[in-house]
Amino acid sequence: MTVDFLIDWFAAMGDFPVIAFLLAVIISGIPIFLIMALNAIVAVYVERKVSAFMMDRIGPMGQGPGLHAGKWGLLQTAADAVKLLVKEDTVPETSDKFLFKMAPYIIFIGAFMGMAAVPFSSVLQVADFNVGVFYIIAVGSIGVIGIVMAGWASNNKWSLYGAMRSAAQIISYEIPAGLSIIVPIMMAGTMNLQLLIQSQSGTVWGILPNWIIFNNPFTFIAFFIFFISAVAETNRTPFDIPEAESELVAGWMTEYSGFRWALFFLSEYANMFVVSGLAVAGFLGGWQSPIPGMFDSAGWELFWFMGKLILLIFVMMWFRWTFPRLRVDQLMHVCWKVFIPIAMFNIFGVGIWKLIFG
Amino acid sequence: MVDIVFWIIVGITIGSAFMVVQSKSLLYSAYALLFTFVGVTGLYVFLWADFLAVVQIVVYVGGILVLIIFGIMLTNKITSVNISHASVQKGIGGVVVLGIIGVLGYMVFITPWNQLAATEPEQTSATIGRLLMMDYLLPFEVASLLLLGALIAATTLSRKEN
Repeated sequence: MTVDFLIDWFAAMGDFPVIAFLLAVIISGIPIFLIMALNAIVAVYVERKVSAFMMDRIGPMGQGPGLHAGKWGLLQTAADAVKLLVKEDTVPETSDKFLFKMAPYIIFIGAFMGMAAVPFSSVLQVADFNVGVFYIIAVGSIGVIGIVMAGWASNNKWSLYGAMRSAAQIISYEIPAGLSIIVPIMMAGTMNLQLLIQSQSGTVWGILPNWIIFNNPFTFIAFFIFFISAVAETNRTPFDIPEAESELVAGWMTEYSGFRWALFFLSEYANMFVVSGLAVAGFLGGWQSPIPGMFDSAGWELFWFMGKLILLIFVMMWFRWTFPRLRVDQLMHVCWKVFIPIAMFNIFGVGIWKLIFG
Repeated sequence: MVDIVFWIIVGITIGSAFMVVQSKSLLYSAYALLFTFVGVTGLYVFLWADFLAVVQIVVYVGGILVLIIFGIMLTNKITSVNISHASVQKGIGGVVVLGIIGVLGYMVFITPWNQLAATEPEQTSATIGRLLMMDYLLPFEVASLLLLGALIAATTLSRKEN
């Protein structure tokens, strides 16, 4: 369901281009927003439960809807959402009010734009670009501006430190992530997400599905570098020094409350969704079935894509609740002295591999 | 419809560019620049230069703009509100600006513009890559040497003397 398809479809029905365009944009935009919201709601609940189980607790529990949090605590996220919406929306007296109010929207727009290119299945994708992979990497960098804006406008030392750390971290980790995503582009010879996924059909090494991660040793390493860098780009633990509760209160989000804070939250989970989607499309075969030639109808495609994506989001949560936070110098050391050289070597290795084995 | 979107984008680009020079706060100028860059991206999309459009966002929004904002924040105390830029020599500046507008306008009108066929190119990135690696290899390499020189120079300058 690309925007182009909808515009063509409306154009065929009659000659009212303005309405057709707006309708096509809205019809494809609303599901993205719903997916973002649903993703955040489900992910918050799962995160609570996953963290609880990893710490040997039981997490939110209850005995049915009443004063309790519903069966298995299922109403916990509803309570969270209601709390966020009715919370007082405070704007600090000494803040730069215009920028303070604008920052959440910029961050949200960055995350929203990324969602537009996620290939849910061979037909379910809002915008099918020629440069899809590069596009997702690019719109990811819009969020940095919003974060720095929020940190500055709050007029708070914690916020500013958090924003500076966050920007330094995201810009640094964009480099190994970008260098690693070049590897699937080299293997498939295209930046179009659909063509990239289509090139991963069939089998490799006799039995494994022909996903790029399994293609050769270099792509195998590239996946892990990409995924770890992607986790760092979403500012999640163990890379959450921008929010670091124990030193910076909540980093660049310190002064935000209510709906504005909810927008940050929504964007963080949407970013997790988008980078996992890119990792799945680039390395794990996208909507291709893990058993080549079986279970590959349209419904299964969506199932496989979402399955792989949810698995990666679960791994991110697993990271969060098992690893301690990195120090700033360790963070930069890992990025510049470990990941970038390996990623460069990977590109070289994949080039040689393609030259020899085709 | 395409026309309306085009004019909206042109409006955003020029309006935010005006904000960049007009705003009294350097930081507001930098943030207005964000919308200028995004507007230029939109113009690239209208020219079917999808690869260039994405490069514009990566390089200018993700790289240069963040560096500019960093520069502003690092060179000023957080508490000082007084990061503003004033305009001086308005008379001479006006003459120079009018002169440049005249020359550019003249060039725009006398240049025989190449009208491209109104069809979407099949793949822009592959074509750009081929051109860079074959026809324009020397300029490409010279530009990368220049950047390498700038990188080494920046590292040398920022290193503390032993």
